[in-house]
Amino acid sequence: MTSFLQELRRGLFESFESDTRVILLGEDVLDPYGGAFKVSQGLSTRFPDRVIGTPISEAGFTGVAAGMAIRGLRPIVEIMFGDFLTLSTDQIVNHITKFATMYPGVQVPIVIRTPMGGGRGYGATHSQSLEKMFLGVPGLKVVAPSLAHNPGDLLKHATLMDVHPVLFIENKQLYAQGLCDEQDSILRRRLIEDGTGYPVAVVQNIEPSPPDVTVLSYGGTSRAILFLMRKLIEEEICVKAILPASLKPVPIATISHEIDWNSPILIVEEGTSGFNWGSELAALLHERKPPTFTRQIRRLAAADTLIPCAEHLEKKVLVGEEKIEAAIMELIS
Amino acid sequence: MKFWNCRPDRGWFLNSGTMLKKIFANPIQHLPIQEMRETFYLRMLAIRLCEEKLLALVEDGLVRGTVHTCLGQEGCAVGVVSALDRARDIVCSNHRGHGHYLTYSGDISGLLAEILGLQSGVCGGVGGSQHLHRDNFYTNGILGGMPPVAVGMAAAEARLGSGAVVCVFLGDGAMAEGSFYEALNMAALWKLPVLFAIEHNHYAQSTHWEKQHAGKLEARAQTFGVPVMVVDGNDVESVYAAASVSIDNLRSGQGPGLLFMNTYRLGPHSKGDDLRPLVERDIHWKKEPLVRLSKKLDTTWCEDQIKNVSAQIDKISEGLLAGAKQ
Repeated sequence: MTSFLQELRRGLFESFESDTRVILLGEDVLDPYGGAFKVSQGLSTRFPDRVIGTPISEAGFTGVAAGMAIRGLRPIVEIMFGDFLTLSTDQIVNHITKFATMYPGVQVPIVIRTPMGGGRGYGATHSQSLEKMFLGVPGLKVVAPSLAHNPGDLLKHATLMDVHPVLFIENKQLYAQGLCDEQDSILRRRLIEDGTGYPVAVVQNIEPSPPDVTVLSYGGTSRAILFLMRKLIEEEICVKAILPASLKPVPIATISHEIDWNSPILIVEEGTSGFNWGSELAALLHERKPPTFTRQIRRLAAADTLIPCAEHLEKKVLVGEEKIEAAIMELIS
Repeated sequence: MKFWNCRPDRGWFLNSGTMLKKIFANPIQHLPIQEMRETFYLRMLAIRLCEEKLLALVEDGLVRGTVHTCLGQEGCAVGVVSALDRARDIVCSNHRGHGHYLTYSGDISGLLAEILGLQSGVCGGVGGSQHLHRDNFYTNGILGGMPPVAVGMAAAEARLGSGAVVCVFLGDGAMAEGSFYEALNMAALWKLPVLFAIEHNHYAQSTHWEKQHAGKLEARAQTFGVPVMVVDGNDVESVYAAASVSIDNLRSGQGPGLLFMNTYRLGPHSKGDDLRPLVERDIHWKKEPLVRLSKKLDTTWCEDQIKNVSAQIDKISEGLLAGAKQ
């Protein structure tokens, strides 16, 4: 069983092999170091003139990649930690996404990839899930592979096929994890393609039962959710997880089709509470629910504060298995 | 003596749009000195009168939004952009980019229409004054934002082997943005063909540059190993000569260069009041680029051109406004 990281790396290499316009820029991406999370390991040896190690200038090199994309290259920008994405914000909000909209005939096929997520004790500025800040940027696609997706396929699509700017959200805790694919011996996973190249993953732990609860989530929290789904089989609690890869635009047609409107819905994300992905999903589901739907829609996210370093303090703030399990139990009781 | 009327073979006809476009389009590199001067004068004049027309339209309530005119800085725009190879070179500009745009494209009609919000504008009215794009010309309204983009464009062009040079314009105000230094560093580190064209016009909106900057502005790029040429921005011929040398160096792969042009912003920051002392502005009106160059030209010729170009621009403007009413 391959890991998230191995598949991601495969997708990166295959993107480079398929198209000579693909470039990677980022800090410390060159071999032998191969990137802070080793995603680009081996790449600069294989493609020496297409992997650029940059100075510590996130705003600058995101802008550089924007210029490259406008003039015909297909750059992938690696922002070492998702927390540093704030430094690139002006280029994303006021340059990249606007050029693609207001300049006639101009495309900006850029992929900005970055790992978000806590749980490793890195502290307040190295643990955040900041993608929620970028969901509201017009013209920006936000994609986050979960463990039920193939991250390499998603990266390939974003790099080779998608002409729009894409923010590609990875998660530190996912890199070492094994994927849940169609060969998983316990969970059943389906990938629902909708023509966008970013499928919705649907996972069930007990079939063909109707679910006791539907869990709607993405990216990093898929780890805790899939773990719980395996555990809850013993207690005969049927969980259906719907995990879109595209956070924005929201594949709401597919999601609302997959939802079982007889069960409660739990929306989980790793970012902080309020004004987030869950808020949007809850509103969208409210607009689409059938009149017969009387169950709860509940949202679960991290506390609205910073992420402390010490393990016990970090656990209090972040969303982990215990909190998700407690929420599920509460919803189905 | 009316020079342009005596040369029908050049096609300098009394045809509004065509004549103005030709002013900007005709290549000047091998022209004899006096004709080159005339071309420079006409280009700067067209920019000046177009900017004044825009301010008049604003006064009349016909322009929605704002404009940032480049009155007094025409020598910088004309001198630098005339030295570029417009078939392949790239220009990145800023909010005060009308002069750069006109020298690059000759498209007075498209610019006016854009600012008037008409669909016939160069960006269909979507971009307006600050967000222009056409061919290899790009402007945006965030100071300090375009230098990194320009560096990336140069990196792409270098890889594609086009031989293109990227020129990015900014003012002394934008030299306080950190992203400018990030761009300068990467351009120098990777030896990219970027010309940083600084228009030191002394004011950032309402603030004098000495209130914003410590140290010497011209000296900043040197610490990155980037050669700096300091030039009188109001002497268009000097600007053209310096830009030409810079651009040649860039094309030979020596890495980026910085052209530091001393000039002065004659008009207000945008369309509002100009609170700078009149005494100060009057001094600079006496040494602005058109006045400077006219000393080397026939006075009557200059006066005739002012009337002629003014009439052309009036015609274009009236045509657009009449069309808009329909």
